[in-house]
Amino acid sequence: MRRRKLIPRWTVGLVVPLLLLGIWQVVAAAGVVPSAILPSPALVVQTLLAMAQSGEMARAVGTTSLRMLFGFLLGVSVATFLGGLCGASITIRALLDPLVQALRSVPSLAWVPLFILWLGIFEASKITLVAVGVFFPIYLNLVSGIANVDRKLLEVGRVHGYSAWQRMIRIQLPAALPAYVVGLRSGLGLGWMFVAAAELLGATNGLGFILDDGEQTGRPERVLAALLLFGLCGKFTDGVLASAGKKLVSWQDVVRI
Amino acid sequence: MAYQVSIAGLAKSYDGKAVLGPVDLDIEAGTITAIIGRSGCGKTTLLRCLGSLESPTAGTITVGNGEVVTTDIGYVFQEPRLMPWLTVAGNVAFGLRYMPKTERGLAVQEALDVVGLAAAANLLPKQLSGGMAQRVALARALAPRPKLLLLDEPFSALDPFTREQMQDHLTHLHAHYGATMVLITHDMDEALALAHRVIVVSGPPGLITGDFKPGLARPADRTSTEFFAWKRRLTERLSNRRPVPEYA
Repeated sequence: MRRRKLIPRWTVGLVVPLLLLGIWQVVAAAGVVPSAILPSPALVVQTLLAMAQSGEMARAVGTTSLRMLFGFLLGVSVATFLGGLCGASITIRALLDPLVQALRSVPSLAWVPLFILWLGIFEASKITLVAVGVFFPIYLNLVSGIANVDRKLLEVGRVHGYSAWQRMIRIQLPAALPAYVVGLRSGLGLGWMFVAAAELLGATNGLGFILDDGEQTGRPERVLAALLLFGLCGKFTDGVLASAGKKLVSWQDVVRI
Repeated sequence: MAYQVSIAGLAKSYDGKAVLGPVDLDIEAGTITAIIGRSGCGKTTLLRCLGSLESPTAGTITVGNGEVVTTDIGYVFQEPRLMPWLTVAGNVAFGLRYMPKTERGLAVQEALDVVGLAAAANLLPKQLSGGMAQRVALARALAPRPKLLLLDEPFSALDPFTREQMQDHLTHLHAHYGATMVLITHDMDEALALAHRVIVVSGPPGLITGDFKPGLARPADRTSTEFFAWKRRLTERLSNRRPVPEYA
């Protein structure tokens, strides 16, 4: 008989954060570090409550999430299209892949001046920056997923008379799905990093703006509150994607520890 | 109608190194021909050339009247090679894309009935045992009703009991579908129990060094003196690596 777990597994992940919170509270209460540098957790919670009551939290989370959503969709679309093409055709891969690999080496923040010059300081440049962050992991995972499909499965397609295109649709794409899901999750993580960078460099709203505002006005509790919200947003969206991805690749014969 | 196969001067080499041939062989329509030989002797290369998975360096292969469509040739690999994202029924339907949907459903059902897996239609490959997975692979190859079925050591990874079951199964399938079957194996019992004709290949490069028609009763009595006598004869032929053909 399978033993029922006394403690749900997800609660284990709370142990270290709660421990750190405890240490943080003790350090703050003891006055070891000035509150202007490290405010107490209680003050951060108060700040979060105040932000929630005034509607600032909803506005900031909403604005950042929308930028993230549009950037993510744009990055996913372009990466899927180009990754699919490069995975399917050796010629297209030879033409495009060296350029993509070279662009991957450009640091994320180095794109900012160019995007601001080309697209202005408003939403378009921020969304494009997020899309750039999202693009690379998805593209790389999809290309390698398609290109490294087991030869033995492709031979099954060949003996059944499948054309190269049919093998791509019926074998290579489904086989590349696990790698694609990994790419989507990595892309999502990078997307949140890039949206923070975009908002820090020039925004009048959003969570990145709160970070910047907290720094400029010497209110670390606002910085910590925004960081906490970034973390929660990232964790939530990754959880949604991980759960959807798990369903998509439930056919995989792997040990899920 | 089952296909006859005619192989003339077939040779294959990789980077100038000969691995097969030249091989000349005519296979009668509707028969089971076993090709036996040691590992690495070139027998799988021969089958891969027949299944168009390799291009021969020299020689010709004529299947049927020479105007053959790929769906007329079935191939069962050493491993099941099932698409892990498709159900059992989806895997069996893999080679039936040209069929209308209703006919396809019936063909899948029939192939699964024949291999005794009708109840497993909705399972995923990861939920199958090795024997079940290989039966699905067999059903996938049989569903398009091929006129030539190529089998590359299809039961070698199975335990002896399941292997014998699968061999009996194949005999029934041959009676049911009547396709010409070419079976690669290194198991002499399997070759003698299933095949009308046994070809011995030695190599590399793979050359035919024996061609026998044991004419044993089918299903073969594996404990009979005749069976053992043939087994001894094949063993002698396999251990004799001289490329001197012997015909019975």
